[in-house]
Amino acid sequence: MSGVRTLPPLAAYALALGDDALILAQRLGEWVAHAPQIEEDLALANIALDLLGQARTLLSYAGEIEQAGRDEDDLAYLRDDRDFRNVQLVEIPNGDFAVTIARQLVFSAYQYELYTALLGSGDATLAGLAGKAVKEVAYHRDHAVQWVLRLGDGTDLSHARMQAGLDQVWPYTEELFDPASQLPGIAADPATLRPAWEQCVTSVLSEATLDKPEPRWRSRGGRDGLHTEHLGHLLSEMQHLHRTHPGATW
Amino acid sequence: MTEGHDSGKRGWPLWEVFVRPRRGLAHQHVGSLHAPDAAMALRNARDVYTRRGEGVSIWVVPSSAIMANSPDEKDPFFDPAQDKVYRHPTFYDVPEGAKQL
Amino acid sequence: MYGNYDPGTAGSPGGPHDQDAQQRFDQLIEADQRIEPRDWMPDAYRKTLIRQIAQHAHSEIIGMQPEGNWITRAPSLRRKAILIAKVQDEAGHGLYLYSATETLGIDREELLDRLHDGRQKYSSIFNYPTLNWADVGAIGWLVDGAAIMNQVPLCRCSYGPYARAMVRICKEESFHQRQGFDILHTLSHGTPGQKAMAQDAVNRYWWPSLMMFGPPDEESSHSAQSTAWGIKRFSNDELRQRFVDMTAPQAEILGLSLPDDDLRWNAERGHYDFGAIDWDEFARVIRGDGPCNAERLRRRRQAHDDGEWVREAAQAYADKQDKQAARQEARAS
Repeated sequence: MSGVRTLPPLAAYALALGDDALILAQRLGEWVAHAPQIEEDLALANIALDLLGQARTLLSYAGEIEQAGRDEDDLAYLRDDRDFRNVQLVEIPNGDFAVTIARQLVFSAYQYELYTALLGSGDATLAGLAGKAVKEVAYHRDHAVQWVLRLGDGTDLSHARMQAGLDQVWPYTEELFDPASQLPGIAADPATLRPAWEQCVTSVLSEATLDKPEPRWRSRGGRDGLHTEHLGHLLSEMQHLHRTHPGATW
Repeated sequence: MTEGHDSGKRGWPLWEVFVRPRRGLAHQHVGSLHAPDAAMALRNARDVYTRRGEGVSIWVVPSSAIMANSPDEKDPFFDPAQDKVYRHPTFYDVPEGAKQL
Repeated sequence: MYGNYDPGTAGSPGGPHDQDAQQRFDQLIEADQRIEPRDWMPDAYRKTLIRQIAQHAHSEIIGMQPEGNWITRAPSLRRKAILIAKVQDEAGHGLYLYSATETLGIDREELLDRLHDGRQKYSSIFNYPTLNWADVGAIGWLVDGAAIMNQVPLCRCSYGPYARAMVRICKEESFHQRQGFDILHTLSHGTPGQKAMAQDAVNRYWWPSLMMFGPPDEESSHSAQSTAWGIKRFSNDELRQRFVDMTAPQAEILGLSLPDDDLRWNAERGHYDFGAIDWDEFARVIRGDGPCNAERLRRRRQAHDDGEWVREAAQAYADKQDKQAARQEARAS
């Protein structure tokens, strides 16, 4: 099974974006039947479905470009953690609702800028996906913003938890803007996404009476296949059944 | 913890949802949901009542804000204080100290 | 004062107005018309409906657990997506039904209290575990199949909001049953391991699915009144027989056997004969002594309790915004 390093750059790029969406969809799927209100079960499931749809498109596309006969399921279920290219942000455990919402805020805001930039991509598949996805993630971002405001400026308890949630996810945000593979005119340069992201997130935090965290460390390595200890467990659960029946159709 | 305000126990208020499925049609009542405020009610309504992409336009109204008549009653416009969507006790704020209501 | 009738206008209980109202109610039922929230209705009708619709809602919500159990482990991305969509639908159905129940003048919080403390129940089928992936298929094929059998007649139930909720639900439900059948068909035509998985699931879910239709007619105490009120359209045994007749041939298409040696087509009756149901097991599970009862309720209560700080926060924020808006209005005027 070919590793990350042998993938054509465009396939590697699509895979990275696809892995982000796939792993986060997996995490959100864990919330089903546990959300704070039944209406939230619906909202989170909705977001998970959107992300899963993005993942499937991106993974399939990566497989097509690679031309090694791997389809979306081969890529999702048969790679080991060292071959996953998602940022570490999406693989950390859900924590409480505040941690999940904090992650949703920073990640959806990032995806919004990402897909907006990809609308102008020279690659038709990426541009086409972006056209659909940008509307989806605009909604995801809005959902996160509504909750950050309510938790940040709700009760003392919710404020404390929301701040703690932000403190926990913030160290993982730098990775979102690290330089990516050079695909001028096709990929979005992550550094260019930062200013708009920063502006959006900062203004929400301010309105929500929350402090922007100043972490003493930052995550590294996700795009190169170096992950947290959490990804292994997540993949065990996700992949186990598929791997137990090699070659089976589902 | 919020003092004297058992909202967690009381739950979010009830909203009625109206959806106009496509241009040219009128809004139709599709049901209700609970939300803490109008912004969340609109978003929840989109998730709950338009998951199949059915809705173009959504209205949400606090159930307590709706005034109604009831054509089958003895006098359909008899008592404005009675003219709520649902006749039963729990939708109205009973004044403190009011007994036997 | 805000009860079913206003003493000021209605006259004394049992008086002429009451009798008119009862007559009007009876006429509507007789004419197969809908009773709507503002109509006078017998208190027992209202209470029966609250219980039935709420328990239906609770079933949808609790049902999210056994199926949600396989979301993170779904064996293909397509199946994962379909399963998330299905469970999302169930949450939505629960919400439609709570919404219908609330038109009868009871708050969702009160209904959840009754679920949490056991005063109200949910469909006993969800007290069984989902032990393998094929169980997800079995639930779609058998459990949703049985539910549809119950639900289609309810689209013509006498109470308007319930009937309308059921129409919405039925539209969305047929995809669920097809999805379940499709999962099992793929498995039963797959590897030996997959086929064994599918057969195992059917072996465990067949009898509990038959129990979903409730006790035999002669033991069903509420049925007569519910039928008279247009809430119940067909008897338990009738629906159960229909279900067997529909499902037995489907099992043959699946190439899976049903765990009943007495199941066979009876040409004389024009129906399938089937074996005796273990009503002791049914009673046990209804009473709380099933494999998953405690777990389902515990997790449901926990989700609710864990979420309290979130719900309170949202309410507190809304109250702050209201106060702020009021202050601004006061300043402006």
